[in-house]
Amino acid sequence: MSPEDLAAGAMLLALVAYAVLAGADFGGGVWDIAARGARRDAQRRAVARALGPVWEANHVWLIFAVVLLFGCFPRAFAALSIALFAPLHLALVGITLRGVAFVFRAYGPQEARALRVYGAVFGGASVVTPVLLGQCLGAVAGGRLRLAGLTVPEGSRGAWLAPFSWLVGAFALASCAYLAAVYLTLETTGPLREDFRRRALASGTVLVALSVVAPWLTRREAPLLGHALLSPRSLPVLCLGGAVALLSGLGLWRRWYRLARASSIAWVALLLAGLGLAMYPSLIVPDLDLHDAAAPAVTLRGVLWTIPPGLALLLPSLGFLFKVFKSNLEVIHEGSNGHL
Amino acid sequence: MNPLLAARWQMELSLAFHMVFAAVGMGLPVLLLGAEAMAARTGEAHWKDLARRWAKYTAVLFAVGAVSGTALSFELGLLWPGFMAWAGAVLGPAFALEGYAFFLEAIFLGLYLYGAGRLSPRTHRWTAVPVAVSGLASGVIVTAANAWMQCPTAFTEVGGVAVPTEAFAVFRATPWPSMAVHAALSCYVSVAFAVAGLAAGAMLRGRQEPHHRAALGLSMAFGAVSMALQLVSGHDLAGVVARTQPVKLAAMEAHFETSRRAPALLGGLPDTETGTVRGALRVPGALSMLATGSLDGEVPGLRAYPRDRWPSVTLVHLSFDVMVGAGSALAALSALWWLLAWRRQGAAPPRWLLWGVVLGAPLGFLALEAGWIVTEAGRQPWVVQGHLLTARSVTPRTDVGATLALFTALYLALSAATWAVLRTIARAPWRAPS
Repeated sequence: MSPEDLAAGAMLLALVAYAVLAGADFGGGVWDIAARGARRDAQRRAVARALGPVWEANHVWLIFAVVLLFGCFPRAFAALSIALFAPLHLALVGITLRGVAFVFRAYGPQEARALRVYGAVFGGASVVTPVLLGQCLGAVAGGRLRLAGLTVPEGSRGAWLAPFSWLVGAFALASCAYLAAVYLTLETTGPLREDFRRRALASGTVLVALSVVAPWLTRREAPLLGHALLSPRSLPVLCLGGAVALLSGLGLWRRWYRLARASSIAWVALLLAGLGLAMYPSLIVPDLDLHDAAAPAVTLRGVLWTIPPGLALLLPSLGFLFKVFKSNLEVIHEGSNGHL
Repeated sequence: MNPLLAARWQMELSLAFHMVFAAVGMGLPVLLLGAEAMAARTGEAHWKDLARRWAKYTAVLFAVGAVSGTALSFELGLLWPGFMAWAGAVLGPAFALEGYAFFLEAIFLGLYLYGAGRLSPRTHRWTAVPVAVSGLASGVIVTAANAWMQCPTAFTEVGGVAVPTEAFAVFRATPWPSMAVHAALSCYVSVAFAVAGLAAGAMLRGRQEPHHRAALGLSMAFGAVSMALQLVSGHDLAGVVARTQPVKLAAMEAHFETSRRAPALLGGLPDTETGTVRGALRVPGALSMLATGSLDGEVPGLRAYPRDRWPSVTLVHLSFDVMVGAGSALAALSALWWLLAWRRQGAAPPRWLLWGVVLGAPLGFLALEAGWIVTEAGRQPWVVQGHLLTARSVTPRTDVGATLALFTALYLALSAATWAVLRTIARAPWRAPS
């Protein structure tokens, strides 16, 4: 394995971590704005309590992935910054509004109007942002974002609006909603847990529907990628992903929630890994190869050598964070709040 | 608006906004730890209340800092793809380290802010330590990237991009240690005097609770130590700038003609056409002393360099004076405060002195922003001094005007909303410890 392969692998792992952790935080926002029925407020409290202590740490995976991208593949970062100028700016607005609205709602004036406004901004941004980030991923993988040497032709700047990009955007949103609902079944009890189980089944159904359209749409709109996804390198991973996705559905159906959570995490990881393997060795399909975009070896080695000591600090800290806040949760009572 | 100008405005707006919250993220956890330590030592309830209140401010301000910092990490590429393509390989490894530091800060902040009911009081207190330490570390590391842009070293240019000769080339940049100390202290000074000003304001409005006096004493102590060190650090950094960036130093002092016994200029409006400064107060020989260590040292003037390599002299000179003026005022305030505190032996501070502290509240942040303008505007027209022009690194996109408008609206709305939330926290009654 060359250092640039390892760096690309590290970037993929950071994106997987971002997807399964921060993705669920976006999904939490979706279920906040979609809170319905008699237990509407309790649903929102459950979401707020689940996100509160961890969303900022989860969010850092994105920054980490970006740092890996610009440090290890500076040319790719420059090209994507030009080609995805509009959707990335919009996603940044979404990320900003989502984060501050969540915190401002908790700490700001507790008047009905302010709570409604911050709730709407939090939920709305949680819906829009994953779609935009998914569209960016779709543009990178879909083959419509062409490069001419170091420049990005005008025609490539709409790649994020291509049908395949919308498909990935929809997938991203539905996956976030699914992950959040599945996780929340383990952070609630009683009727509230049933609420989130139903929401998980509903968003899971949407995912199944999208998975049915996906092969047809991919072959038509992103033929290069479609072909690569069927390669012996990628297909087994995707099939395994499909199997664990069904397992996660079964877990939900039979109320084996721990199984549902573990297999939904595995599903997202396998899906992204399958996509990454299909794209390899392209960073931007089809014109930018990761070996051509890579920084000099001295940089790659420098970045890679930070990872073992970095993780030696991070993983125990993250483990502590999740152990404190995600194990032995008591039932949410009326009046308990998710913050200080 | 032309894309270069729009991109510069967007970057400046984003950084100026983020900097306030980044400074709070570094400084407030230190005060928080002070209050926690006092609570543990004295057992007095008001120290615990104070820690709890400051934790709420931290929660809000850190969140705004985290998201605006995310925007910046993307904007480096969105606005300056030429810079990232050229320098990304040099900056990458250091930014990876900064990533871990920021990660730890976010993790332990989550534990501290939300963990009060789930951790033992002792463990809970201790979780604030990594927040303060990693906040400082991330500031120190990110300053290395900036120092390298001021004084690039340990790289060769190959095929139109910078290739580092060692992985952590940015830490070799000569100004880094001085800049890191100066930047970290500026964050501490800003936060200390802002908190002191708020507490003094509450006391002036007749609030009698012990919390305000405790907050005032602690923040004035933190401010005094940081400000005293900052005087030394500022002097040290000026010497480094003189050695590494003579054009910037000349702009800071609006020094046009190369001369011996060069004066330091206070205030005044530079005229770049005639090379004169109107209405400035001159301290003879002071610039020579600062730059060379001798009253008779020769200091090169701006005219020794091509005109198209000058930064904006007026902006850099006036910003420098604002920074020095605000810093000096805080140093004087802090000296006066502690002199009188020693003389009054525990009696309440007089109202006029409290008014002084209130007026000092914004000066730390003013100095921070002005000093940053000196650093960055003083480096223009370069993004990487002597190697890469800002104009060469800007995005080819023509729609930067639209994103500038978008981000201006976003940050205006965010500023107003943040202010409203902070007021809500400030107005809440102090509560007894549970």
